[in-house]
Amino acid sequence: MITGTPKPIDEVLSMIEAYNKIIVAGCYGCVTVCRVGGDKEVQVLSSTLRLAREAAGRPVEIKEVCLERQCDPEYLEPMRPYIEDYQAVVSIACGAGIQFMAEKFAKTPLLPGINTGFLGVTERQGEWAERCQGCGDCVLHLTGGICPVTRCAKSIFHGPCGGSVGGICEVDKEIKCGWQMIIDRLKSLDQMDNYGKLKPYKGWDASRDGGPRRIIREDMK
Amino acid sequence: MKSGSNLERVMAAGHFAVTAECGPPRGADPDHVIKKAELVKGNVDACNVTDNQTSVVRMSSIAGCMLVKQSGIEPLLQMVVRDRNRIALQSDLLGASALGVRNLLCLSGDHQKFGDDPQAKNVFDIDSIQLIHLVKTMRDEGVFPSGDKLDGAPKFLIGCAVNPFADPYEIRVPRFKLKVDAGADFVQTQCIYNMDVFKKYMEDVKRQGLHERCKILAGVTPLKSAGMGKFMNRMVAGIDIPDSFIKRIADEPKEKQAAKGIEMCIEQIHELKEMEGIAGVHVMAIEWEEKLNEIIGGAGLLPRPVVEHETVH
Ligand code: SF4
Ligand code: SF4
Repeated sequence: MITGTPKPIDEVLSMIEAYNKIIVAGCYGCVTVCRVGGDKEVQVLSSTLRLAREAAGRPVEIKEVCLERQCDPEYLEPMRPYIEDYQAVVSIACGAGIQFMAEKFAKTPLLPGINTGFLGVTERQGEWAERCQGCGDCVLHLTGGICPVTRCAKSIFHGPCGGSVGGICEVDKEIKCGWQMIIDRLKSLDQMDNYGKLKPYKGWDASRDGGPRRIIREDMK
Repeated sequence: MKSGSNLERVMAAGHFAVTAECGPPRGADPDHVIKKAELVKGNVDACNVTDNQTSVVRMSSIAGCMLVKQSGIEPLLQMVVRDRNRIALQSDLLGASALGVRNLLCLSGDHQKFGDDPQAKNVFDIDSIQLIHLVKTMRDEGVFPSGDKLDGAPKFLIGCAVNPFADPYEIRVPRFKLKVDAGADFVQTQCIYNMDVFKKYMEDVKRQGLHERCKILAGVTPLKSAGMGKFMNRMVAGIDIPDSFIKRIADEPKEKQAAKGIEMCIEQIHELKEMEGIAGVHVMAIEWEEKLNEIIGGAGLLPRPVVEHETVH
């Protein structure tokens, strides 16, 4: 899923400084699962903003909505009849959802209420961790199902580097060395042959370096 | 000859090679490098010039190489893949070769988090092993990795670094082999203190015949004090200094510890000279270049041999 963290409330307050009638919009997709942008978070954020603005003597009217998904046009359309009655939208969907809403409603400023993070997993209650950078050319079959692009701090393809100590990455005591994990897993899969091969230079053009990407599936059009 | 460098000629002629290193300054003052070079001169076959080591911004390694070269020492250019994509790497390789740099060390580079600019974007477009492959392709095939023909191929003796003490141990020799397969002509090791582990490592290296395909320069760093040893053990990833090693220095009174460190470094070089498969030493006297002459001379490695181009076939 796509993860994120709430923006500090002061930052959101300063974004809405100029407005007194806004929408706070959540999303029932990924951000609900990682508890940063669902209907509950819409309620909490809206109440917090209202209270802060009341205390400052400049109350703000807030409409609370939560869409099925902010990244699909069909779920954005129902906002059309009323969106221009409001001066701005604070969206707590991921950056893709926020932008898509902005694209659909040309006259309404869109304000991000969260910092979108990464493609990750729920490791345990309240703890999410990155697993994929969407590089566009997956190599997990060669690396024991562990991603060198994401889980090695240097995204190297022939690790580990000299900074790996006791399974820990040089970057931080809390970060496991991705390459130690790859090797442990290749060993347990009896696939160490994969390690000894020189891998071609990564084609980063399949990643974001090729410019914003697009997927077209003729079969689905 | 692959590069015709002095270092290559010395090793090809069967001499035990000596390299040292010189870190460029945190500023634009060339005198700093020139002063260090004076201390290195005459003691080595080539001198590494580091590339923003530990991600701390310094004068560029190519500029440092030129200053070293002007001082009459053969430079060895260190190049990390942290800060440059493949376009910049290729371009700098061409530039360095055009300026007469003939030795190259291909490295990953420490993560930027350790330096001045932890918020910098890192590159790692290709990794250090792929850089070896890239240089070899340019040098031996005369083409860019893209396949286009080069208007003059760069000439480098291609080096890599290995750390026989890093984790996981079982991958150390296979990873070295990857570097040799990619095209490394020589290797400089991380500083060695634990000779037992290093000997075991060398046994594995020799079993794979890597010492016959790649010249191995063993890394040594003299300890200035017992405290320095303890500090390095604690703070530097992949350093292994046995307690017994530190104890020999700690047993000396404070004012004699530095001399003991040098004596032990010389002792180590003597031992390394006798080991099969070791082609030379890389003496990293960090900010202690004034001791190079004493160490290298003490190890019986001076004067450095002069090998003319013609004498090597
Ligand atoms: S290799 Fe690419 S696509 Fe596969 S997990 Fe890693 S970043 Fe994601
Ligand atoms: S220590 Fe491991 S994860 Fe960290 S940069 Fe090196 S190889 Fe990558």
